[in-house]
Amino acid sequence: MSNAPVDAGRRRFLTWTTSVVGGVGAAFAAVPFISSWTPSAKARAAGAPVEVDISKVEPGQLIRVEWRGKPVWVVNRPQAVLDNLEQIGDKLADPDSSEPQQPPYTVNTHRSIKPQLFVGVGLCTHLGCSPTYLPGSFAEQVQGVEYGFFCPCHGSKFDMAGRVFSGVPAQLNLAVPPHQYLDDSTILVGVDQEA
Amino acid sequence: MMKKLLLALVFVVPGLALAAGGSNVHLDKAEYDLSDKASLQNGAKLFMNYCFGCHSTQYQRYNRVAEDLDIPIELMEQHLVFTGVKSGELMKNAASEEQIAKWFGAPAPDLTNVARVRGADWLYTYLRTFYEDPSRPYGVNNLVFPSVGMPHVLQELQGIPRAVYEEPLIDGEPQQVFVGIESDGSGEMSEDEYDQAVLDLVNYLVYSAEPVKQERKRLGYWVLGFLVIFFIFSYLLKKEYWRDVH
Amino acid sequence: MKALISWIDDRIPMTKTWEKHISKYPAPKNFNFWYFFGSLAMLVLVNQLLTGIWLTMHYNPTAEGAFASVEYIMRDVPWGWLLRYMHSTGASAFFVVVYLHMYRGLIYGSYQKPRELLWLFGMLIFLVLMAEAFMGYILPWGQMSYWGAQVIISLFGAIPVIGDDLTLWIRGDYVVSGATLNRFFALHVVALPLVLVMLVFLHIIALHEVGSNNPDGIEIKKNKDANGWPKDGIPFHPYYSVKDIVGVVGFLFFFCFVIFFMPDGGGYFLEKPNFEIANPLKTPEHIAPVWYFTPFYAILRAIPDKLGGVIMMGLSILVLFILPWLDRCKVKSWRYRSMLHRINIAQFIVCFIILGVLGVLPPTEGRTLLAQITTFGYFAFFVLLWFYSKNEATKPLPERLTK
Repeated sequence: MSNAPVDAGRRRFLTWTTSVVGGVGAAFAAVPFISSWTPSAKARAAGAPVEVDISKVEPGQLIRVEWRGKPVWVVNRPQAVLDNLEQIGDKLADPDSSEPQQPPYTVNTHRSIKPQLFVGVGLCTHLGCSPTYLPGSFAEQVQGVEYGFFCPCHGSKFDMAGRVFSGVPAQLNLAVPPHQYLDDSTILVGVDQEA
Repeated sequence: MMKKLLLALVFVVPGLALAAGGSNVHLDKAEYDLSDKASLQNGAKLFMNYCFGCHSTQYQRYNRVAEDLDIPIELMEQHLVFTGVKSGELMKNAASEEQIAKWFGAPAPDLTNVARVRGADWLYTYLRTFYEDPSRPYGVNNLVFPSVGMPHVLQELQGIPRAVYEEPLIDGEPQQVFVGIESDGSGEMSEDEYDQAVLDLVNYLVYSAEPVKQERKRLGYWVLGFLVIFFIFSYLLKKEYWRDVH
Repeated sequence: MKALISWIDDRIPMTKTWEKHISKYPAPKNFNFWYFFGSLAMLVLVNQLLTGIWLTMHYNPTAEGAFASVEYIMRDVPWGWLLRYMHSTGASAFFVVVYLHMYRGLIYGSYQKPRELLWLFGMLIFLVLMAEAFMGYILPWGQMSYWGAQVIISLFGAIPVIGDDLTLWIRGDYVVSGATLNRFFALHVVALPLVLVMLVFLHIIALHEVGSNNPDGIEIKKNKDANGWPKDGIPFHPYYSVKDIVGVVGFLFFFCFVIFFMPDGGGYFLEKPNFEIANPLKTPEHIAPVWYFTPFYAILRAIPDKLGGVIMMGLSILVLFILPWLDRCKVKSWRYRSMLHRINIAQFIVCFIILGVLGVLPPTEGRTLLAQITTFGYFAFFVLLWFYSKNEATKPLPERLTK
């Protein structure tokens, strides 16, 4: 060991700068590791927008399509159900869709682009089970409401616009996926309606 | 006669570059350019029109090709993809694979990585050295891939390629010596145009074998540049501390 | 902060370990270029573990899906190509670094008493590394993966009596198949890395127990000052930590150059036929093992007898294990040993490199003869060493480290 005087300032400066440069390098080196967890091209291709033919959906009927692996419901609501939606606001947690559970073009009482046709992600907003569609027999769950969705896991209840009733475990309305009408009989799920 | 010809082919053709295909034919250098988007697009078009009928590139996706080659996705969907296939899907050609296996006795090999298996020079030479050979089932043979089990699909572009021989006297005996391949001129393209078309196709196959190649090199310069800077700092730091020791 | 550290120190020996192995570990002050490769091997090990874990997240270990999943990693997984190239280049880099590390040990006599066990742990690491590399190479399920595995496993068939049953047991099938792939996958990603990490731990514990050797091959512990600190020793941290950073950055420059500009390594790191899916019905034209196995492969081929070849290849690795007992000289570093010893090491290295080159080339009559000569040279090193090292004419050792 030599006894030459140590230039502490220079030493501290070089230690810091080297650490910073090395730290920047380490941060960049972490990019591939972190990014590789984002959905791959395969997952994105599988999650591509889905076209749905709605011409054969009868009033009262619900069809399920898969989009990004999730069940998406397309329901043709009879006029009576639509009328009922207007009257039950006081039983709901978020009747006016003030929570961001839907694209802006479906913020209305029926939570859809065209009143009749409801498009929603069929996963309960509590813990992700898929609720059961109860056409005509929902009154057992909520008096005076004939149609609705009931989640078998923890008993959450939703109306025919996917709005959650108050006093159940779920707090948020069912999500409405981005979708658009390609023509009168076809919708595309996964792409927002053009403004 | 034919046997003699083939022997002559193997022994007299100059150059001893060992091709991946195993024959000792001289390979022409494929001066491909992965930054030439027009060439890649033309290569993709040729590939879809002439190769994709039998061969898949089942590890690559349509939309990736469209994105990397600046092909508008709508155009890709209209012209390049079979109907009913989504652009995010793999370029797999299952239906015709079955047909091919039935017709040719074996499925046509997947071409996604062919440029990495064979090399660009081999492909470039291979596609330009088919020649008429009535003894073969499809009427053609190939210089770098003798007894190839594939017809000359680019014949409508090149014309019918014929092997040209000279007959010099070797040891007083007239011998047939192969000197080259010449088109009969019945194709849509001139020789230069055909070479360029093949080069574009090879360019596309090189791209297909490693789509990230250009991006990888671009990044590489940044990484090496960073390391040079890091080296300077770490070297100065080491020097500073080691003043204690000396 | 101080309180936290002392809280921890009361419960586990954190500061004590730090001091013993890092900040107060006395390292000889004359380490040269060759001493970078130990820390670099550690760096590459970490690289292999991290990228390996990440590749496992996307890889599909079945005969049906393996090849496609590697292409999936190369094309569909964001940045997957980089993770894969880091891993494949890392495999070759590991052997480059380890061979140079072993060369360092050889020329400076780092295997001699009292470092025999350190050397043995190192040799075990080398052995496990070879198994790890071989089993990893089957995973992409390309043509070389398949036929390489076929050839190497068939070597065990040369063993008399049990050979055929043994190969069947290793493969779990009549040919290399999905069953083989699955078991090799398990060993490659779980069992062998565990063993490797434990061996590296033991290697370092053994090193720090006896202390590092150095280019002069004299023990710095023999010359201590009043405080018991070796006069020629400097604390590992900060002196060698800052020095090793320089080595690491220099190494990364070459490493990244390969990754970004020639990930195939000219066809030696990633072999061309391996971009084609495994086909049990068709062997590639020319199959050669990856470059780091070729010296031993060339020895195998040099012997014109299957069992003899396998035995010689096995011996060529095993003989390295007993090196500490073959060398009977008391002087460690070749700096102070006889000219004969230096020439012997030089011819050994030349033979090893020639064997490595021959191993990637297809055999011809001339090459086989050359392989036989260099195989002889390889083993002659050990035999000669045993004879001349007993009474070797060595130079006087210095009292203290030279520059």
